[in-house]
Amino acid sequence: MSFKSNRINSNVPVWNDPKKRIILIQIGFLLLVTGISLWLFYNIQHNLNKQAIASGFNFLSNTASFEIGESLIEYSSTDSYGRALLVGLLNTLKVSLIGMLLAVIIGIFVGIFRLSTNWLLSKLAGIFVETLRNVPMLLQLFFWYAVVSELLPKLRNALNPMPGVFLSNRGLFLAVPHFHPVYAYMLLSLLLAGCGAWGLSRWARNRQERTGRTFPVLSCSLTLFVALPLLVWTAGGAPLEMDVPRLQGFNFIGGMVVSPEYTALLLGLVLYTGAFIAEIVRAGIQSVNIGQVEAARAIGLKSSLVLRLVVLPQALRVIVPPLTSQMLNLTKNSSLAIAIGYPELVAVANTTINQTGQAIEGVALMMVVYLFFSLLTSLFMNWYNKKIALIES
Amino acid sequence: MMAAASEEEKIMERPITQIGVLGWIRANLFNSPLNSIITVGLLYFLWKVIPPFVNWFLINSVWSGAPAQCRAADGACWAFIREKIRFILFGFFPYEDQWRPLTSVLILVSILIYSRNRRHWNRRLIYFWALSLAAILILMMGGILGLKPVSYERWGGLPLTLFISIGGIVGAYPLGILLALGRRSKMIAIKTFCIFYIELIRGVPLISVLFMSSVMFPLLLPEGFVVNKLLRAQAAIILFTAPYIAEVVRGGLQAIPRGQYEAAASLSLNYYQTLRRVVLPQALKIIIPPTVNHFVGVVRDSSLLLIIALLDLLNTTKTALTDTRWLGFSTEAYIFAALIYFIICYSMAHYSRRLERELDTREQGSKRRLDG
Repeated sequence: MSFKSNRINSNVPVWNDPKKRIILIQIGFLLLVTGISLWLFYNIQHNLNKQAIASGFNFLSNTASFEIGESLIEYSSTDSYGRALLVGLLNTLKVSLIGMLLAVIIGIFVGIFRLSTNWLLSKLAGIFVETLRNVPMLLQLFFWYAVVSELLPKLRNALNPMPGVFLSNRGLFLAVPHFHPVYAYMLLSLLLAGCGAWGLSRWARNRQERTGRTFPVLSCSLTLFVALPLLVWTAGGAPLEMDVPRLQGFNFIGGMVVSPEYTALLLGLVLYTGAFIAEIVRAGIQSVNIGQVEAARAIGLKSSLVLRLVVLPQALRVIVPPLTSQMLNLTKNSSLAIAIGYPELVAVANTTINQTGQAIEGVALMMVVYLFFSLLTSLFMNWYNKKIALIES
Repeated sequence: MMAAASEEEKIMERPITQIGVLGWIRANLFNSPLNSIITVGLLYFLWKVIPPFVNWFLINSVWSGAPAQCRAADGACWAFIREKIRFILFGFFPYEDQWRPLTSVLILVSILIYSRNRRHWNRRLIYFWALSLAAILILMMGGILGLKPVSYERWGGLPLTLFISIGGIVGAYPLGILLALGRRSKMIAIKTFCIFYIELIRGVPLISVLFMSSVMFPLLLPEGFVVNKLLRAQAAIILFTAPYIAEVVRGGLQAIPRGQYEAAASLSLNYYQTLRRVVLPQALKIIIPPTVNHFVGVVRDSSLLLIIALLDLLNTTKTALTDTRWLGFSTEAYIFAALIYFIICYSMAHYSRRLERELDTREQGSKRRLDG
């Protein structure tokens, strides 16, 4: 039998034998891809030689010789391109991380507002979401930048809505506490409070499982979070001195400065992403069957527990995956900052490309960084999906 | 007796606070103490915000005249928009020929509105589209029928935004289908390539792809071979959109039950016949609403063309603002541009939602929508 079937197969022409055909197609495809790649590579080599552009990443250690408006680490124009790109990366992270936090807060509130039984509130939330979702992010960015840099008064007549806060078209100036060693200890105590709250919740859960008696974990943990740092602060002599910005010459001295570019970018990112998150939150909450809530009430849970034990765990399952992709979108959208002059990664890389002409390396660097972020996101998503799957079984 | 009973019923009507306007207000604005507080707070907020806005927007606004008049007034300067509207909408297209882009946009809008109706989805619609696109191309490029030739460098504004977006979605669609099929393919080499491409592009911002098209692309081509900037940008938009479409198509393909493939196989249809006759017609129908949503995304994304110095709607708006005679009216200009984008995007998104209900593919649709 086997001999016979072999013979039949060998008579079939190659293009009619599925197995061989698949291999042939793939070989053809690979040859095509390799051929195109080689051709492109040859063109690049040729063009680079012709225009006398260097290749490779050696340029990273050359002197950048351009200034960057704001930076989290020390930077001057005598530093290298590598350091300039690092400054850009840190600026991207600075706006993205804070943006994510604020966008989630706004999104949760607006999403809940949209489901409110209060007609006025839900309609206003709807208008907010629909307007922001249907206007390009870049346009919103320009709008906020115009508001911040044109409508706000000049430095001399800076608005002073509350003591220690000055609003002007050159940025937002905030009073910050004078540095004092106590603050470091306060941070430490916060960490301690976190550990304490974690231990407390574990102990409370164990006790409830053994005896059925509950413990007010949430309020106790909150007290811990507030009381511990406060205690440390008082013990450290309760320093109250503030570093208040004051006008000197043409600029404010002291305090903390938030540039108009950063303010506009943060506003734009937070509101735009917030609108998308609001829709995600709304869909998530709506995905929980009303029968679940009724059943939870029927077994006598009070409404805060209904929310915490029944609605949220189910809604989060729907909310978290698209939410993480929105976080990634926010990070990617922060690259639009190049249009209003906030020096984040893409803006710095663009300047680098213009100065060195090494477009391929510059674009590749940009892409690698964003791919790294997206890899992190999908790792988180996989971990979360696995965790959900465990709960389900 | 009967009469007395009906009399009784009349007397026992619901109280006035539960019916009519009063009842509605009570049920929707003051149905709990917290909601009453919220309503009062919001009304106060609206009372503080709306009258000044209406004053600025309408009552004190200037609708015609010189910049000096605008600066003297308290309100919005719509005279600026009136002065610049043709530039904002059509960019540097020759002034006396601007009826051509206008007609093109009108043709496009009417064919879009015509396509909204599902009863019109047949072979004739394809001919209509081909005809309108040809007419638009002739109108925009000129050179025949006695129309003055206009170089693509002078295209701009709304037509550019619309054409690039439609070109983007039309080009990305077949590519997306190929990528989605490739991703599900049994051929390792093709599958790996498709996954790599899809994940690569989905992981990076559009800006980096546009940079690639503007600064890297010229290096990739043989010397002396120049592709115009508009086509490069169009290619970038297509290459960027295709992976997203591919993921949508993949969702559609996954929704097709196994039985359909098995039935096709038992009819001894081959791979292409199975796809063409059985799988794709069903899968593509499911994904129409999310595709329309992606179109909205492409319209929004097309504003990024500004960064590589193409004159799309947003860039003409920005350029209009640089006129030294009319400095300082950016709020008005941005509101005007935002309104145009809003009308396009909102109507498409609204249509997509309606279509979703009509096609009764709610579950897949709403999941897709959240990803976007």
